[in-house]
Amino acid sequence: MDTAESNPNLKKVQVQRYKPEEDPENHYLNAEKGIWSWLTTLDHKRIGILYLISITFFFFVGGLMALMIRTELWTPTKTFIQAHTYNELFTLHGSIMIFLFLVPSVPAALGNFILPVQLGAKDVAFPRLNLLSYYLYITGAGIVIWAILSGGVDTGWTFYTPYSIQTSTAVTIMTFGVFVIGFSSILTGVNFITTIHKMRAPGMTWGKISLFTWSLYATSIMQILATPVLAITLALVAMERIMHVGIFDPALGGDPLLYEHMFWFYSHPAVYIMIVPGFGVVSEVITTFSKKHIFGYWAIALSSLAISLISFLVWGHHMFVSGQSAMASMVFSFLTFLVGIPTGIKMFNWAATLYKGSIKLESPLLYIFGFFFLFLVGGITGIVLASIALDVHLHDTYYVVAHFHFVMVGGMVMAFLAGLHYWWPKITGKMYNEKLARFTCVMIFIGFNVTFLPQFIMGAQGMPRRYFNYIEQFQPFHQVSTIGAYILGLGFFTVFLYLVKSLFTGEKAPANPWGSRGLEFQVPSPVPAHNFDHIPVIVHGPYDYHKPMEEFQLGLAEFGNGHGETVDPDIKTGSKEIKAE
Amino acid sequence: MNELSKLFLPPDKSTVAHHYDSLFWFVHISGLILVVGLLAVIVYFVIKYHRSSEDEVTPVIKGDNKLEITWSVIPLIFVLIVFGWGYKLYMQEQTVPDDAYEVHVTGQQWSWGFDYANGAHSQKELHVPAGRPVKLVMTSKDVIHSFYVPSFRLKQDVLPNRYTSLWFNAPDTGRYQIFCAEYCGTGHSQMLGTVVVQKPQDFQTWLAKNKGGASNSNLKPAELGKQIYNQYACSTCHSTDGSKKTGPSWKGLFGSKVQLSSGKTVTADSAYIHESIIHPNAKVVKGFQPVMPNFQGQFDDNQINAIIEYIKTLK
Repeated sequence: MDTAESNPNLKKVQVQRYKPEEDPENHYLNAEKGIWSWLTTLDHKRIGILYLISITFFFFVGGLMALMIRTELWTPTKTFIQAHTYNELFTLHGSIMIFLFLVPSVPAALGNFILPVQLGAKDVAFPRLNLLSYYLYITGAGIVIWAILSGGVDTGWTFYTPYSIQTSTAVTIMTFGVFVIGFSSILTGVNFITTIHKMRAPGMTWGKISLFTWSLYATSIMQILATPVLAITLALVAMERIMHVGIFDPALGGDPLLYEHMFWFYSHPAVYIMIVPGFGVVSEVITTFSKKHIFGYWAIALSSLAISLISFLVWGHHMFVSGQSAMASMVFSFLTFLVGIPTGIKMFNWAATLYKGSIKLESPLLYIFGFFFLFLVGGITGIVLASIALDVHLHDTYYVVAHFHFVMVGGMVMAFLAGLHYWWPKITGKMYNEKLARFTCVMIFIGFNVTFLPQFIMGAQGMPRRYFNYIEQFQPFHQVSTIGAYILGLGFFTVFLYLVKSLFTGEKAPANPWGSRGLEFQVPSPVPAHNFDHIPVIVHGPYDYHKPMEEFQLGLAEFGNGHGETVDPDIKTGSKEIKAE
Repeated sequence: MNELSKLFLPPDKSTVAHHYDSLFWFVHISGLILVVGLLAVIVYFVIKYHRSSEDEVTPVIKGDNKLEITWSVIPLIFVLIVFGWGYKLYMQEQTVPDDAYEVHVTGQQWSWGFDYANGAHSQKELHVPAGRPVKLVMTSKDVIHSFYVPSFRLKQDVLPNRYTSLWFNAPDTGRYQIFCAEYCGTGHSQMLGTVVVQKPQDFQTWLAKNKGGASNSNLKPAELGKQIYNQYACSTCHSTDGSKKTGPSWKGLFGSKVQLSSGKTVTADSAYIHESIIHPNAKVVKGFQPVMPNFQGQFDDNQINAIIEYIKTLK
């Protein structure tokens, strides 16, 4: 290793230890007051919280729709709503959950809050752009609500043409809403990539950034490259509906298969936009609660990038029975199998990280183990569906429905909840009820499996998806699934209740409740308004659990917090000399 | 194994279904071994390396390239096997034997129509001879549908602007469920049908008997109307007992005063019903959505009159 003596390009820097203040008087939550200060804030942490509140709202709206769908499916014929209403419900359930919850969940809510702190930055690179992203999201969400109020949409979240051209429901407004939300997603991606490139603290090399950051980096690349295609596609659908330009509708001389290609060119990477940030949470939680260095840092970091690259080349696996050529199906099938490899590498590395660790089974880790099982099942059934011949039978059945719920809810929502529990003390400065959290995690896990395991069986038996009525042989499976959905719903609602309760009656959280080496846990809880009262200096990686905590709490005093305040010189304890470029 | 198969998969009733099931079980069982194995390792680690004190120090293990290569290459070999096997089977499903008997399939919201070489036509029921390859040449009149027979393990989307095809050989006689698997609107889940696999001589008899084509002139108009009501899935949205579905009930409809969403009132006479079939969104009844598909060019006057006669009988 180079030292200042041996390499003239390196210079010695004086740093000192800053132990995080416990129970701080001033933090980002009380730095400014009033609703206006929240609505116009440029603080990435407050914007993260605005996102968190919004996505929670839409998660429960979408969840309520899911419960109505499951209730309707209790009997093979009409239970309590009309076929048309049912079709609108599953369309809105899918659209809301994907565009308003899953896509922004980890990146925009947790990522916004945590990413700059993990990088040792005061904020994201473009704070105003960050606020604009949020308002674009809210505007898009408002337009979606407008679409619901002007008659709803009954096309499925995929908006397949020519049905979406011919239906009289509010498709044009809905696609406009998704179009606007897409820009929010693109801007967040641009912001994060710039932040990761330009805002890292002194000493934070590419090999020392957290794997959560790596996962957000991979996600941002996909957001920037894929989302514009969705925007163009939906704009073309709107043009076709309003101006009757023949692009996708054969009645006007268009081609519906073209729509499917363009739609899935976005929507397959979108699946990874939803799940890859979850992978980042897994790496953080698993190392913290096993107090161990991550196994295969570069394997995990680079596999995220590999996934984001390959994800652009597999969209045709949604179209094996669509009428695309057999040759195209073969190539897409092959590439789809390849995407399973980097995903497998991650799973094995995480499992290996636990080896000889010091494992404490607290609720965030419990959620991660839930993720492990559910995501594995989702992944293996993905291998089944990637095989062309097997997909021919299973395509558009409940098998597929169960598969993507295992990946999206079992994988992503579990990872999101793990991250939420993990960073909750940091975000709010309060501890939740740990016993209740563990109990609820088990309840969600059971509810989830009761809901979706029967769907694999009925799907393999031939039950098609998006069916309002169904033939009687499937009724027992549907009824078990409906019961599971209520258990699952109750579980999610319990999480909401105890987390909100902790805001009022929860114990004060220490700066580092889990003994993490992550940079975000070396600042007080809640985080100071500008994240760091000193410029942090990074010597070790975020998973160096073999190094003492003091070596993670280093900073340069001379710059203060950037607002001309001076740091109290008395806290000069454990002054230490390090080498930095 | 067969018992397990019955729980998870429908009966295998085409010549490829059996091969399909082998691959299905190969992937699922290997997957299950992987899931159970990996979870067992994790559970073992959690128990064995449980944190006993907060001061525990863990060893530094940053990775191992040999292990990384091992758990990349072994899964790669596994997925390549699954890929090759699935592709081979798929090509078998794609290659139509030369002597296949051809039937034309038409999907429309929300029913299936079948046309045979001798001019015979059937709605909702596909008649085929047992033990002979059958090729379906399919197209749609409106939106995308998907022709799906679980017992044959076969599915193919049916598009409005092109012909897609599918072939199968069903050795056993019987009746097998047809679903529409691609979402196609309000009546999607009613777009069902049956494959009737008959002994070759029974099939020939059926074919000869139905040579006449679409309009079965032996029936009285009201009876023909009732047949159309069922075959073209009018029943999805229109009840005959007065209950409210997606569309207005036909009970007591004829001659009644109908309030329209435009605020006007019309009498439901023959002209109004005729118009509502071929231009369904011209006069939408108050309280209903304009979701009915357009039947212009799909029924001749004879059939529309039959429907009107049938509605007249529903008092």
